[in-house]
Amino acid sequence: MSPIVKLIAQRVALGVGLLLAVSVLIFAGTQILPGDVAQSILGQAATPQALANLRAELGLDQPAYVRYFAWLGGILTGDLGTALTTRQEIATTLPPRLWNTLFLAFWAAIVAVPISIVLGLLAVRYRNGPIDKAISGFALASTSLPEFFIGYLLILFLAVKVQWFPSISTVYDGMPFLAKLHAIVLPALVLVLVVLAHMMRMTRAAILNVMQSAYVETAELKGVGQFDIIRKHAFPNAIAPIINVVMLNLAFLVVGVVVVEVIFVYPGMGQYLVDHVAKRDVPVVQAVGLIFAAVYIGLNIVADVAGILTNPRLRHPK
Amino acid sequence: MSNELEFLSRRVAAGKLNRRDFLGRAAALGVSAAFANSLLSSAAQAQTPVKGGLLKAGLQGGESSNVLDPALNLSQVTFNFGKCWGELLVEMSPDGTTLENRIAEEIGGSSDAKTWTMKIRKGIEFHNGKTVTAEDVKATLERHGDPNSKSASLGILAGIETMKIDGDAVVVTLKEANADFPYLMADYHLVIQPNGGKDNPNEGISAGPYKVAVNEPGIRMGGEKFANYWQGDRFGHAAQVEIIVINDATARTSALQGGQVHMINRVEPKIVELIKRVPGVTIQNVAGRGFYPFNMFCDTAPFDNADLRMALKLAMDREELLQKILFGYGSVGNDFPINSAYPLFADDIEQRKFDPEAAAAAYKKSGHSGSILLRTSDVAFPGAVDAAQLYQQSCAKAGITIEIKREPGDGYWSEVWNKQPFSLSYWGGRPTQDQMYSTAYLSSADWNDTRWKNPDFDKMVITARAELDEAKRKAMYRDMAVMMRDQGGLIVPFFNQYIDATGKGVQGWKSNPAAEMCNGHALLMCWLEA
Repeated sequence: MSPIVKLIAQRVALGVGLLLAVSVLIFAGTQILPGDVAQSILGQAATPQALANLRAELGLDQPAYVRYFAWLGGILTGDLGTALTTRQEIATTLPPRLWNTLFLAFWAAIVAVPISIVLGLLAVRYRNGPIDKAISGFALASTSLPEFFIGYLLILFLAVKVQWFPSISTVYDGMPFLAKLHAIVLPALVLVLVVLAHMMRMTRAAILNVMQSAYVETAELKGVGQFDIIRKHAFPNAIAPIINVVMLNLAFLVVGVVVVEVIFVYPGMGQYLVDHVAKRDVPVVQAVGLIFAAVYIGLNIVADVAGILTNPRLRHPK
Repeated sequence: MSNELEFLSRRVAAGKLNRRDFLGRAAALGVSAAFANSLLSSAAQAQTPVKGGLLKAGLQGGESSNVLDPALNLSQVTFNFGKCWGELLVEMSPDGTTLENRIAEEIGGSSDAKTWTMKIRKGIEFHNGKTVTAEDVKATLERHGDPNSKSASLGILAGIETMKIDGDAVVVTLKEANADFPYLMADYHLVIQPNGGKDNPNEGISAGPYKVAVNEPGIRMGGEKFANYWQGDRFGHAAQVEIIVINDATARTSALQGGQVHMINRVEPKIVELIKRVPGVTIQNVAGRGFYPFNMFCDTAPFDNADLRMALKLAMDREELLQKILFGYGSVGNDFPINSAYPLFADDIEQRKFDPEAAAAAYKKSGHSGSILLRTSDVAFPGAVDAAQLYQQSCAKAGITIEIKREPGDGYWSEVWNKQPFSLSYWGGRPTQDQMYSTAYLSSADWNDTRWKNPDFDKMVITARAELDEAKRKAMYRDMAVMMRDQGGLIVPFFNQYIDATGKGVQGWKSNPAAEMCNGHALLMCWLEA
């Protein structure tokens, strides 16, 4: 077996182990939420009789470890369980929401990743000059403003004043592709503005770091142009940290967009999770938690492996 | 100017402004009487419903965990959508105090108010083509009233002893007399379903003006016009209705301004003045029965001390709270749970006022010392934390020290409300005084959140419930209100208003004090201007 395949297999196995540990944490975490499922489902106006009926029906009387292993067994066989509140299969209600989240994250990433890397390169090329300062200033400002503030600003100007884009981004099955894209312009724009600075600054820092090296100086002395130095010598050597920060931001785009979803009424996973946490719908919270954890761990494995593949020293260990 | 004229002429058509006043306002705007008159007639014509189109509402109060089963229907989106597809036996009319018959053609009571006969209207059709029968009605009441049911109506149906079918009527015999029985049937959970929904409560089939077409909980709900609706001339003008769940207040108002929805609920009082200035947007507010109480447990120290309770009532500056928390969109409370939006309300009970001296005297008399712990949370009602702080300041003027504990919103209704002796809460109100008192102020009530256990008061509630003479009943309710106001554990700063808003071209709105969005009928009774 080639060392690369072995390495990847190792990482994936580690990831699976980590995911298992996370599943224990998620399960334990959902057990210590205050309040009670039955009370949350039936609300303030619930009679003690109705509460008792519901509790018995949901099987909340069994011990926690029994429920954990039943749950884990279900997940390993592809059964995410049934939502307590709606009595619907989670495996059928969750995928559309996940798909929506990935759709929004994908388009935000498609815009944000190239722009931030190009801006980072430009900032390095014109470092400490007005272009660098302008790029950094803009990116830092946009990332310092809270998401909801940027969201409301965009709504005010682009949805209410000039009415180019809708302020609510409800998407649904059977909606034409272009209509979907049009609907998500504003939330995608907010996400781009939020993640841009981090990626751009890290790209700039990583490349600048490499620019201090002796071989860059050599390249300068032999007369290579500034752009070529960055493109041929600095960027390939800075790619591992850049991939890392890109992956981190991709993970954020998937798991961290609750506020944006609320503001733009986007039917993604975040809103789905919050609704079910509020109702103490534990199976759904657990399923979503596990998916989020899998996304994080998966993207980190990708970053890890990509980092190794781009580094000859790690690729060919002695 | 034209906007203002248009607005005024619509007010006339809606009966909110008389013709003479309109002509006066029009003259003040520099418009000739002839032109103003022609405007008026076009506004009146606009009151003829326009059929067709897609009417959209953006509503707060929907979650991905919502289901169609009317028994479990608690939040605003399911409430409004339930009115679109569901049909009840009776409905509250827009005045909010009288009933309109729907599936029930007639409800008649025996002279002892114990036996009620509900005649079922002939020829009403369910969405699946079946005819609505007395059996379906009986099955619906059975399902909701079953002791094992999770229905929110279980409590109000618990008083039913037997039900039987007599031809095309359902005859209900109650355990105890209840003159308000017909009002109970207006409860929005009691949607009549085929075989009572026993087979599949979530299928969304009833006899309402719209058929369920889209059900994406927490995202949107949509209805398509039901061609065989039994009174299609009155309700269900739009060809399609859609509810988009918009839980964020700013997103709701911007969706209305951007024209993506035609109506929204829950406009925050603090932004009403700003929204009013937007062209085409109309604020629709109506005084409701909901109130935001400060609850004291009458049987728990230190609140078992009547003088202390009185001191805490006198130390509340209700006017200030009304202005600062609700921005005036409400009315001051008087420490009993009833206001003028209820039938048989006595309007001659003296209003309790902020009186620091009297409060200080009562506090001294109570002999209490030390601080008093008040629990509050954002979820109790919008502005509940601020309200507690304002109350703390007004109490300080009377020499009473209030310590505020801000509780997490999660679990507030299960851990704090009705568990801790002094906390903030809300009540949505009930269709009748009897229901409100029976739900929360009888000694035996599950939700007696002030632990008000007074045998005399209980007796008055039971007697009034059986009294068919309205004048006598009104007098009894007055006595109960005064008793509660002076001895009870309830401090009511204010009653709220339902504040909704409609966008450009929306016609046919009739506010209803029973609930928001015209008691949930906004999508059925409104239409879009051609």
